[in-house]
Parts: sequence; C-alpha cells; structure tokens
Amino acid sequence: MSLLEIENLSLTIGGTRILRDIELSVAPGEVMGLVGESGSGKSMTALTVMQLLPWAARATGRVTFDGIDILSATEDQMCALRGDDIGMVFQEPMTALNPVKTIGEQVAEGIRWHTKASRAEAEERARKMLDRVGLPAAQFPLSRYPHELSGGQRQRVVIAIACALKPKLLIADEPTTALDVVLQAQILDLLRDLVAENRMGLLLISHDLAVVTEMADRITILRHGEVMEAGDTARTLSEQLHPYTRQLAQASMHVPARARAHEAGQGKPLLQVAKPLLQVERVTRDYPGRRISLFKRSAPIRAVNDVSFSMAPGQSVALVGRSGCGKSTLARMVLALDEPTSGTIRFRGQTITGKSEADLKPARRDMQVVFQDPYGSFDPRQKVEKLVAEPLHVLEKKPTNAERRQMVANALHEVGLSPDDMDKYPHEFSGGQRQRLSIARAIITRPKLVVADEPVSALDVSIRAQILDLFAELNQKLGIAYLFITHDLTVARAITEAVMVMHEGKIVERGRTNEVLDHPRSEAARALVTAAPDLHRAIARRLQEQG
Amino acid sequence: MTLRFDIPEENLASILAKAFGNRSFLAGFIITALVAAVAIVSFFWTPYDVTRLIIADKTQSPSPAHWFGTDHFGRDILSMIMVGARNSIAVALVAVGIGMGVGVPLGAFAAARGGLVDEALMRLNDLVFAFPALLSAIMITAIFGPGAVNAIIAIGIFNIPVFARVARAGALAIWPREFILAARAAGKSRTLITLEHVLPNIVTLLLVQGTIQFALGILAEAGLSYVGLGTQPPMPSWGRMLFDAQTRMVVAPWMALFPGMAIVVTVLGLNLLGDGIADILDPKSRRQR
Amino acid sequence: MQSLLGRRTGQNMTAYLLKRLIIAVLTLVLASMVVFAVLEIIPGDPARLMLGMNASADQVELLRNQMGLNAPLALRYLHWASGLLSLDFGRSYTYSVPVIDLVRERVVVSLPLALIALALSTLIAIPVGLFSAGRHGRAGDTIAMGAAQLGVAVPNFWFALMLIYLFAVWLRLVPAGGFPGWGAGVWPALKSLFLPAIALALPQAAILARVTRSALIEVLNEDYIRTARAKGLPYRTVLWRHALRNAMIPVLTILGLQFAFLLAGTIIIENVFYLPGLGRLVFQAITQRDLIVVESVVMLLVAAVIAVNLLVDLSYAVVDPRLRSRQ
Repeated sequence: MSLLEIENLSLTIGGTRILRDIELSVAPGEVMGLVGESGSGKSMTALTVMQLLPWAARATGRVTFDGIDILSATEDQMCALRGDDIGMVFQEPMTALNPVKTIGEQVAEGIRWHTKASRAEAEERARKMLDRVGLPAAQFPLSRYPHELSGGQRQRVVIAIACALKPKLLIADEPTTALDVVLQAQILDLLRDLVAENRMGLLLISHDLAVVTEMADRITILRHGEVMEAGDTARTLSEQLHPYTRQLAQASMHVPARARAHEAGQGKPLLQVAKPLLQVERVTRDYPGRRISLFKRSAPIRAVNDVSFSMAPGQSVALVGRSGCGKSTLARMVLALDEPTSGTIRFRGQTITGKSEADLKPARRDMQVVFQDPYGSFDPRQKVEKLVAEPLHVLEKKPTNAERRQMVANALHEVGLSPDDMDKYPHEFSGGQRQRLSIARAIITRPKLVVADEPVSALDVSIRAQILDLFAELNQKLGIAYLFITHDLTVARAITEAVMVMHEGKIVERGRTNEVLDHPRSEAARALVTAAPDLHRAIARRLQEQG
Repeated sequence: MTLRFDIPEENLASILAKAFGNRSFLAGFIITALVAAVAIVSFFWTPYDVTRLIIADKTQSPSPAHWFGTDHFGRDILSMIMVGARNSIAVALVAVGIGMGVGVPLGAFAAARGGLVDEALMRLNDLVFAFPALLSAIMITAIFGPGAVNAIIAIGIFNIPVFARVARAGALAIWPREFILAARAAGKSRTLITLEHVLPNIVTLLLVQGTIQFALGILAEAGLSYVGLGTQPPMPSWGRMLFDAQTRMVVAPWMALFPGMAIVVTVLGLNLLGDGIADILDPKSRRQR
Repeated sequence: MQSLLGRRTGQNMTAYLLKRLIIAVLTLVLASMVVFAVLEIIPGDPARLMLGMNASADQVELLRNQMGLNAPLALRYLHWASGLLSLDFGRSYTYSVPVIDLVRERVVVSLPLALIALALSTLIAIPVGLFSAGRHGRAGDTIAMGAAQLGVAVPNFWFALMLIYLFAVWLRLVPAGGFPGWGAGVWPALKSLFLPAIALALPQAAILARVTRSALIEVLNEDYIRTARAKGLPYRTVLWRHALRNAMIPVLTILGLQFAFLLAGTIIIENVFYLPGLGRLVFQAITQRDLIVVESVVMLLVAAVIAVNLLVDLSYAVVDPRLRSRQ
C-alpha cells in the first residue's frame, strides 16, 4: 500500500502543458528519487502534491495521499495535511526563512498550529527538533534570527520545520543544490537519518543523478513533463535501458576527449615553472571587519591569506574549495578587479597590482573571464555583436566596423555559433548557447589566460558536457591557459591537469589533478573528495548492497 | 532598502506591441494625449478670449454657450481650463526636466563611486528632502516675490533628490551584475560603464518615476497657484481658478468643479500611464496577472 | 557564546541608531544654514522696514545695532541658531511680539490637524491594502485599487472645497470653516477639524493603500511565504503573521514621506477652512514681508520633517532584526 500514489497526473498553467500523465508512488519508509533537467516539471509535481500551485494551474488525474484524494481536497483539509503529515524542504535556504522572525518562532509555529500546544510546549518541542537537526541550544538559541545563520544552518532550520511533527511524507526539492559539496553530504546524511528514524517516505527531487543514486531506493526520470523511466535505482542506472537514462548518466560522467599533450611531461613540476604566464606571490586580501560601534570595527576578515602560485602558458589549472574559502576573491585579484592588501601578481612578467586602468590595458588584452551565470553575464539591452566585441575596447588600434564584425563572426564560429547570431539579443539564446557567447567574448582578443568562475555549474548535465568539450577544444586549438574556479570535482577532473585546493584563504594542497583527487593528503581536500557525489561509486555501492 | 527589479529582455518593437495591449497604459496614453492636444489647441483657438472681461456675463451656470459656465469676471471657464492646461504642463514638465537633469547624474555618479562620495551626495539629498516643495516655494517667494518661475524652481528642486534616489538605487542594483564585471574586465572606465550599461538599464525605471513626478508636479503647481505662490493672474491657471471659486461656492459651484476635474483627469491619466509602463516592463508584476 | 552574541547585537544597534541621529542633526544644522542664508540675501533692511520710510538714517543705524544686524555673519548665525535652540526665534516685525508666541498660538491648530490626518490615513490605508492584497486580482481588489487610483489624482484642497459644498453648504452638517479655539471645548474644536482632516487624509490614504498592497504582494511572492504555507497555515494567517511585518518596511518609508506632504498640505488646507494655523500665519507674514516669521515657521517645519524621518529610521530597526546586527 503506497503512501503517495500519483496516477495519470497532467498539469497545465495558463494553458501551457507542464506535466503529462505522470505516474509515481512512494511507500512508507521509502526514498523515491525524482530526477530531471531544468524545466522537466519536477518541482511542479511536488507543488501539486502540496497543492501550493500558482492559481492559474489546472491539474487532472489522481493524487492520493494516505487514502485522501489530494486534487479534490478542500483548502482546509490541505492545511491540516501540510506541515503535519506532509513536510517540505525547499531549494534556496537563504530565502526560505522569514527574516523578521526568530528560528524558534518559525519552528514552533507549525507545532502550535497543528497540535494546539501551548507556547512553552511548542517551544520545547522546537528546541528538541533543532537539537536533532544539529543546531544545539548553546550556539543556536531559539532567539536567533535567520540572517545570523549560514546557508547550511538555515537549511537545517527548514528541515526542522518540515520534520517537526514527524510527517509521513517528506518532500525535498533540490535540498542541497545551493550548498557546497561538504554541506551537501551533511544535509543528505541528516535527511537519510530522519527518514530512517521516523519511517517517513521521502520524495527527493534533484537534477543530480549521483545524489539521487546515493539516496534513493527507486528512481523516476522526468523529461519535458513526462516520465521517461522508473524503477529500482541500481537496476535502472546499471542497465540504462532507456536512451534518455543513458544520455543523462553518460553526461554526468563526461570527460572531454583530449590529446593529453600536457601530461607528456610527467614529473615536470607543475605550478612552479621557469617562465610563468601568471605569478601570484604572497597575496593577501583583508576585508574590513563588521562595524561594532560607531568608531570601532572588529578585526578584519582575511579572505585570502598569503597565497603563492604560478601557471605555465597553456596550462589548465583548477582552484577548488568550499564556498567562502576565498577562491573567487583570489580570481578577482588575478583579473585586477580587486586589489590585494599585500603581495604582488605578475602576468607575463608585468606587475598588475597597484596599476591604473590605463596601465592595465596590455594585461587586460591577454586575460579574459567567463562567469557562472549565463543569464546575468550579458547586458540585456545590447546585441550580441556589441557584447562579444566588448573586450576589443582594450586593443591599441580600434578595429573598423567591418573588422569588428569579422572578429565577432570568427569568435562565434569558434564556439559553435553562427555568425548570423550577431544581430540577436541575448534573451534569444538558451542557457548553454549563452555560455558559448560568454566564451566567444572571452576569446575574441586571443587571450593567453581565461579565468572561469564556476562556468558550468548553472547548466544542465547534458549542456555541461558540451561546454566542457568546448573548453577542452579551445585549450588545444588556441593554447589558452585556464584558471577554473569550481567546487565541483568532476569538472576539475574533466579538464584540468593541475589542481589547487583552497581552504579558509590558504592553498592547502596542490598537485596533479588525478593525484590530488585520488589520494588527497590534506584534510580539506579529503573532505571535498569524500563528500563529492560520484555516479560510478554510487551505482557500485547500490549494487553491492543488493548483492 | 535595496531595490530589486528584473531587466526586461525585450526590444522596443515587442514592448510597444505589448504596451497597447495593456489597459492601464492605453487609458493613460489616451487621456494624456488628449490633455496635451487641448493644451496645444489653446494656442490657436479657444471658444472665448480669456483676456476679455465681460462683467455682464459673470457667474453664468453651464449652458450651450458656456459649457462649463463663466467666472466672476464673465470669462469662459472652458477656455480658461484650456489655457491653464498648457501652464500646468509646462511647469510640471520643466520641473521634471530639472529633477532628471540634475538628479540622475548625481545618483548614477554616487552609485558608481560609492564610499565617501556616495555618502556625501546622499546627505546632500537628505538636506534637500527636508524642504517640501511648498516650503521652498515659500522661501523663494519671500525673496523674489510670487510668480510661475518660482513654482518651477521649487518643484524642480523637490524633484532632484527623488530622481537621485531612484537613479542611485537602480544603478546599485545593476553594478553587482556579472555583465558589469565583464565590462570592467574589458578595461572600461566607470564613467563608460555607467553610460553604456547602467543608464540604458535604468531608463525604464526613470521613465516610470518621470510620469509620477509629472503628475505630482501638476498637483503641486495647482496647490502653489491656489495659495498665490505660483502662476499669477491674469494668466489662467487651474489652482488660481480654484482660489477664485472658493469664496463663490454658494453662488457658482461650477467655478470649482470643472478646474478641479481637469486636474484629476490629467493626474489620473499620467498615473495610469506610469502604472502601465511599470506593468509592461516589470515581468514579475506581469506574471501575477 | 550567547551572551557574547547578544552584546554584539546590542552594540551594532547602537551604532545604527547613533549614525542615524548624527545624520539627522547634521541635516538640521545644514538646513538651518540654508534658511539663515536665505534670510541674509533678502533685499531690504529689516530695521528700515520696522521704522518705516520716515525714520532718519541715524535711527535706523541705532536699531540695526540693537538688533545685532551689524555683527559679522558667522556671529549672527550662531546667535540666531542658539536662539532657535532656546526657542527664541526673535520678534515679529509687524506684530512686535516674540515669534514663539505667535507660533505657539498657531501650532495647536496645525499639529493636531496633521496628526489626525496621519492617523486617519493610516487607519484607512492599511486595512484597504490588506484587503486588496488578500483578494489580489479579484473584483474587490480591482474596485479598491480603482478608487485608490482616483484618490491619488485628487488635489486635497479641491477635495476640501467639494466637501465644504457637500457637508456645509448643502447638508449643513458642519461649519464651513473657522476655528472656535480649544478654549471653546474639545468637541467643537475637533468638529471644526473634522472636514479638513478628511480632506487631507483621503488622498494620502489612497497613496498609502497602493503602497501597502504592492509591498504585500511582493512579499507574498517570497520563498518564506511558501515555507509558512507548507507548515499548514491558511493563507489569511500567513498574510497577517508573515507578510504584514515584512511589508511594513516600505510602508514606513512612505509614511515618513507623507508626513512632509501632510505638513505642506496642512498649510494649504488651513486656507480653505480659514483655520488660524501656521499656514495662515506664514501667508500673512509673506504679504506683510514679516520675514522673521516666515523663516521661523519654515525652520520649524523643516525640523519636523527631519525628526519624523529620524523616527522612521529608528522604527526600521524595530521592524527589521537584520538592521539590529548588520551594519
């Protein structure tokens, strides 16, 4: 007997079809993984179960929870179910909590509402629940406000709210997507334990096949609002019968085909080269501390602490670390968008620290950047021609209009776009295409170094694989060196030959990518490696468990 | 407070197509265009000459000859409202121009520079903000005596911090975006980035504020003229007409009714227009419809 | 750890409050300089004005010395400013009485009027905003916001004229104007402030209702509202317990601005209803070129605007815990 049974569910929002004939079930104590790329309808399935859909939504079919027909339930009946029998955890912990209420109030609120408990009783239960999710009273009294907590801690509060009344079903919609890998592992462990303790059903929604494989007993794969394949996790993923399942699995494990030219020189010292392209020497960056009174500030925060490294021309290096470890600050200083507090950075032998914008021009020509968010990195008011041509600003000789168009056309061609795309606006492109545009902009001046800040983490797996291929290809063809900032070890493994692990402002480990990732020596690197979800490993473990 | 808004990702043609499908915009546009047309027509033709006083015709109630009646000097109220329209529009428009012309560069500059420059400019803003338009007008009148120019200056000064705040808040929301970082990585100066990327992206915001301030300017001009700090007789103005009507409410209520309705219709039109523009350009608010 | 955190939070709150206070004082000082400078550049000699055209040059000079008009500029500013602090605004040229006496007499009309109007507009606007946001997109919302749209467009003094016509001329329910004074009893005095307060309040209420509604709707789209609903709270409960307090921040900002508009509005409305308030005082002073009275009233109103804005800044800290601990 299933706890949740979805049959023939179809959903339209304002006439647009979102879901078609969805079939899905969750048994008590079972973990069901719902996987799909963005726009596949995963979240809408969850919101249908909660009946928290936008009001233009129309659902047909049958959704039964614990014998109750959800689609025909009244709002009062749903209010009685929500938070009591069905709990939900959301993706964005930074915005999921009310900023003007204490965490105690927010956890106790649902308890009071459903059990009619007194304030004191509800607060006592809230306290116990917060202790359970790893927020002990000493550090996290009920009187704390959300803004005083980190993202991972806030997600724990959200989980406490969802699980406070030991619901029969927990729905977790991308609960760890906004967190770094180490936090992700911790939150997943917590969810796993809570589910086991209370024999809850868990509907785990994720775009990450590896995460779902590690967690779920059964798996449902969604695409464009339709179920592609469903079944036992280990069997589904090891057999990969459905072509889309195969495609997803392969994209998740994708490694670009590269002629491993740079690996030829085995044993050659990496990151310490004779004629470096980039040389970072004892760089430190302090940010002023919080203002604690009108005239006093607390001690400055050291974002980057005495970091030194160098890169050879054409080399591809990954800078990995947890969020907030200082890797993005370091990248900004390399790009001369931020000034180090002390230390020097040399690019092609020239010091770029403490220089005026005019003196930086030669360096800017040879150094470009690719950002994470393919949507935020283009001015929506400008056409592609102008956007891609932006770095030409640093050229000594201003190209004529015809020359400029030619250069843009070449760059677009190189990233696999058509020169006709020049006259379009960025919103006419998909996420993956925009990231190609971003790369076209980065290579138009034929730079020697491209700094890429999480360039594929906002993309779906299949698109991600294509973009990684493009990076690898350009590295081969144009000899561009990459500094990849990422928290995703699979990306580092896929296209870099050297890796630096950053932790609390310092580089704690460096070396060949494979060596560091296979045999991490520092604790920080070990934590990253063990926490990183890995599809191969997860499938192997599943199969082993089942014998 | 931080301002959040999405930059609409559309070009002009599709925006225009959408604009005329928006009820609020359409109604606002029609009303505003009508008021503007009336003001322009008044330069060439009015039913009666507003400078000629015919005491024999004084305080006549509305009739086919005088649709809106006549005032205490026998002037045709409809004709006076028509001439008053151009006065109202001119004062409010120039005041918006002053506010935008000074306020937007100040706000954009403050956002681009940050730090002490920002702090100093914003404190200056606070200072101007402490003088509501009426108080500035009182002081200016105390020095130079009353006149329409005073009203323009007073309302204009009042508009400066409004536009400075909007421009700054808008610019501050644009500056942390990645495309700005990309432009900086391309070696562009803050001024160039402000001109190329920041201003084009806050134009819509300024446009919406512009219509709001235009409407407020019309209300303020009427208020100032009503208390004798704005447009002076014999130049007809809506506010002054209401002042004249006040003591004659019992005998000639139409003297108060029609000029007031002219103000309401004009301001309503501008506000609808502004709401419409905001609706069309803000994808978030559109989604809720 | 907890106590440590508590102390840190407290200190940051103090820092925020102190900063706002210093800014307010600074603005006040700058504003007083502006007002003083305006007083200085005004053409005409106040001493000559007081003595009339027939006075001799010696008499004028004597009075100039007596009035301190021959002292250096900075000294005169300090003298004037320190006078302001002890509520000594100087003497009116035309009435020959201390300005403070005139102001005291008038402020008991203007201030209650502005406060009643403020209270009235808030009491109307917030419920209407809540009502509209709760019925977002439905008929009730459309009607309420249509009325608000119209209300925003109505000039308060014209609205006042229409009210007089309706209630005083036509229905003869209230006096058309004038003020019996608080000495005549609280009720007659309040009664004569009733129409002016409505005339002031309704257009402001329309603005405030629109702001309240849009702030609420914006907040209702936030993720934490979904979290609250996922707890099982009904929509109305979520609106009251979670949305309203978050929506108060923009509402407070507008409320602060509205006070400035209400003060200005009071000055104009007093002329419609023949109320002996600051507005009447200032316009009489302008026609009689009694500049010291004009400057004093302007300074007083500017100080009121600055004080209210400070109050709004402080209330942010009460509403928003983030301000209490973050710079």
